[in-house]
Amino acid sequence: MTVSDIVKSFGLKIRAGKNRLDQEVRGGYTGDLLSDVIAHSRKGSIWVTIQTHPNIVAVATMKELAGIILTGGREPDSETLRKAEEEEMPILVSSLFAFELTGKLYQMGISGMG
Amino acid sequence: MSGTENSIHFHERFHIEGGNFTNAGAISSRVKKILKEAGFSSRVIRRTSIATFEAEMNVICYASQGNLSLSITPDFLKIVVEDEGIGIADIELAMQEGYSTASERIHEMGFGAGMGLSNIKNNTDGMILTSKFGQGTHLEFLISLEGEDRLVPLLNAEG
Repeated sequence: MTVSDIVKSFGLKIRAGKNRLDQEVRGGYTGDLLSDVIAHSRKGSIWVTIQTHPNIVAVATMKELAGIILTGGREPDSETLRKAEEEEMPILVSSLFAFELTGKLYQMGISGMG
Repeated sequence: MSGTENSIHFHERFHIEGGNFTNAGAISSRVKKILKEAGFSSRVIRRTSIATFEAEMNVICYASQGNLSLSITPDFLKIVVEDEGIGIADIELAMQEGYSTASERIHEMGFGAGMGLSNIKNNTDGMILTSKFGQGTHLEFLISLEGEDRLVPLLNAEG
């Protein structure tokens, strides 16, 4: 499954990294505390969060994540977008809240164990 | 480590302003860029970036100011972070995952998970943490370059 498949399945809005949507999604992680995500997310995972500031791009890039989905319709800060384009990190927006979106991703076969 | 000080290929020092969340992550980004340009493996870059990011965030969250220095030797990368700030009252407690003294403001931004120091420990090959409560904190960590298939190419001092 690719990032693009997830975008199509849930009608996510693409805010950055549109050229990197062909990346394979190997797992998922949901969390808003950056150090927790650093500690537990796995390479190639899709990250579900409500954080919108530029550090999410730093974290996702460091951990080589497949992309970031912001929930509850939250929009990334402009600086976040700039960094995401620079790092080619997909940022997607969902109107669903984290619980619902994570559940749906899990139903699609994306595991938290990466 | 006096024997190794003579073989430092590269050294750079960065200033970190405490409480400035606007530029948070800027120093670790610069360190990452230097390592990328030097041609290190993605494993070394990832581990160093994570540890440096956490150390930088600690200065921003808890100190008034600090400095982070990066030294590259043939055998390891060494990062030293010194800050002036509240320091750590109980280092053993601070090292425990989940323990945090972060304020609500820090939590709202997603920091203060109480996992920064253990993330540093888990991504480095040696870590020393000392602190004088009320004065500041001194943190050093090493990333081994053992198994890296190429030696550090010539780095420009400016990075």
